[in-house]
Amino acid sequence: MSEPLIEIKDLRVEFNVREGIVKAVDGFNLTINRGETVGVIGESGCGKSVTARAILNMVPKPGKVTSGEILYYRRSKENPSDGQSRTTDVLDLTKLDPDGETIRQVRGGEIGMIFQEPMSSLTPVYSVGTLINEAVSLHRLSPVKRVGAQITETIQTHRRVTKAEGRQIAIEMLRKVGIPKPNERVDSYPHQLSGGQRQRVMIAIALSCEPVMLIADEPTTALDVSIEAQILDIMRELQESSDMAILFITHNLGVVANMAHEIVVMYMGKAVERAKVQDLFYQPQHPYTRSLLQSIPKLGQKKSGERLASIAGSVPDPFHLPPGCVFHPRCPAFMPGRCDTITPQWTQVGDDHWASCLLYEEAGK
Amino acid sequence: MAVAEQTLASAPVRRKQASQSYLSLVWWKFRKNRTAVFGGVLLLVLHIAMVGVPEFVSPYLLERTSDYVEAKPQRIRFFDQEGNFHLRPFVYGLEKKIDLAKRTRVYVDDPIRIYPLGFFVAGEPYQLFGLIPLKTHLYGTLSDDPAASVFIMGTDALGRDWFTRILYGGRLSLMIGLIGQLMTIAFGTILGAMSGYYGGWVDQLIQRATELLGAIPDIPLFMALAAAIPSFWSPISVYFMLTLILSFVRWGGLARQVRGLILSLREREYALAAKSAGGSDSRIMFRHLLPGTMSHVIVIATLAIPGMILSETALSWLGLGLRPPLTSWGVLLQDAATVRAIHTTPWELWTVPFILLTILAYNMLGDGLRDALDPYSGR
Repeated sequence: MSEPLIEIKDLRVEFNVREGIVKAVDGFNLTINRGETVGVIGESGCGKSVTARAILNMVPKPGKVTSGEILYYRRSKENPSDGQSRTTDVLDLTKLDPDGETIRQVRGGEIGMIFQEPMSSLTPVYSVGTLINEAVSLHRLSPVKRVGAQITETIQTHRRVTKAEGRQIAIEMLRKVGIPKPNERVDSYPHQLSGGQRQRVMIAIALSCEPVMLIADEPTTALDVSIEAQILDIMRELQESSDMAILFITHNLGVVANMAHEIVVMYMGKAVERAKVQDLFYQPQHPYTRSLLQSIPKLGQKKSGERLASIAGSVPDPFHLPPGCVFHPRCPAFMPGRCDTITPQWTQVGDDHWASCLLYEEAGK
Repeated sequence: MAVAEQTLASAPVRRKQASQSYLSLVWWKFRKNRTAVFGGVLLLVLHIAMVGVPEFVSPYLLERTSDYVEAKPQRIRFFDQEGNFHLRPFVYGLEKKIDLAKRTRVYVDDPIRIYPLGFFVAGEPYQLFGLIPLKTHLYGTLSDDPAASVFIMGTDALGRDWFTRILYGGRLSLMIGLIGQLMTIAFGTILGAMSGYYGGWVDQLIQRATELLGAIPDIPLFMALAAAIPSFWSPISVYFMLTLILSFVRWGGLARQVRGLILSLREREYALAAKSAGGSDSRIMFRHLLPGTMSHVIVIATLAIPGMILSETALSWLGLGLRPPLTSWGVLLQDAATVRAIHTTPWELWTVPFILLTILAYNMLGDGLRDALDPYSGR
């Protein structure tokens, strides 16, 4: 049933800057299945966004994917109705030419992305309809029925969507993401929309090409809480109706608990724990995850005068990562002599529950 | 939500925007600036009269010569010598005389010959825009006398009406400003956008090229390039070559400004969003980033057109640009550039106020646009 869509294997992304080399992503593994939502959480600068960008082969400038692969199980989009089973070929996204035709087809057409900043993610000089239309005309093909000259056989070919059709699609998409009066709003410019509406438009653009996966890079961080809930609802509804996978990147534990089936916790470019939502929130295994969960303020449970738990220390200097487990200087379960010398391996700690911590490596042995 | 949509379906389609569009704000602000509006109107009139329909505005055709060689301007009068008022303006005929003391040819008014003037008179046939055959001229003499003439700004050494020549000269001079500036914008924005967007060696190459072009003094560079135009070329090819040369020398400044703007715009999220939606580099550059620089480019371009016109004028005046039989303001100035001409035919300097007016009008318009295109600024 669960068929892999994206497999990230041992991904390493390095930024070669003047002060040295920053390992933004350091041996990251992740599998995203079709139609599933995977949440990635972690502190700022832990490599979440870089991973997302790497999937689209868009790592920002001094950065480079130094090793690892991102396999994309690409189903041919064409001819879904001709009876033949669709072929699936495997594409390593990191090996593609970053400006090439193939990756541009994948970007937007097969993997959509929405960003953290809805206020500035729409080109200000075009109306909403034009922007959706542009994305649609880049990627979406509409079937044309043509009768062959010699054989009376209907051949399905594909052509680009026309402007009028694109406009209809745009209105339809705006209605789907819950923008009121889509017939009028399609002619609005970004500055005439509120932040929440702009983010809806971003989602509409991303979904207008019917992608198989959506990368949501902190899509609700810049929005207020009530709008956030609406946006999340819309994303969930649309996912159910279109069988689309979502890679949900956030630092908000509440949001990710709502959205994801499976959660990966990242720390300094490494995955430290991966589990189903329930398991992660009720039985967190890695000390980092535990500390994260403890640092959520809880209404009603707090005794007066008690301070909110926080993770001791601060994020290490990326140029001088601590040896062994990178979390050991801040870890409440630090084992001297082991954690600062041995790099922890990926260990199964429960049913479909993995962590990378020396606490469990012993138990596993 | 469903309710809202139902009411919408029954309501008439309203396309009126809830807020004012950018352009309406710009227009509102521009309109308040009297000087700029004046400049704009003036330019419109000059361009229609000279670039559009000089055949109609001028009383004669450019090729028409007459026996009145280097005649002084004929004054438009309402009162004759007896002091009688004429409702219809008129000019006196010119009588040629030889001033033996000065040893020159002089023209004096002949009060007997009165040539009444009128608007929209029939004259020599021409084709408007090269298509519509017409005979009507904006003004001219109503007299049937074949010797009747109206030279409101005198004539040149071949007896051609100087005002007619100014109009036709304006056609080439103003067009060089417009076409040349359009080409400059094309060079400048495309190269500037590539320079800013790609960075790296593309940026280096383009920036060093603009510096190189900027380091060579203008006039010698023009001279070298103009000297490279083969002398056997037809005047019209020379004209286009000159336009090309002028814009080739001038794109550097614009390219640098566009580069700076693109450098900041490409870091905006929407550039990233366009890329993540599968847009190619050229699409991101030209469709998403360049429009953001346009208000800036328009202002720079408007303010740079006078420079373009002046360069043409200067080059032609030096004899490096356009040459007769083409008529441009530079060519006309060349005629008027000798001490003898200033002494004997000072009316040939009538070209100068036209050039000054054009340049001033462009500057007024450009200044107005600069303020107006940023409608959110305080002033």
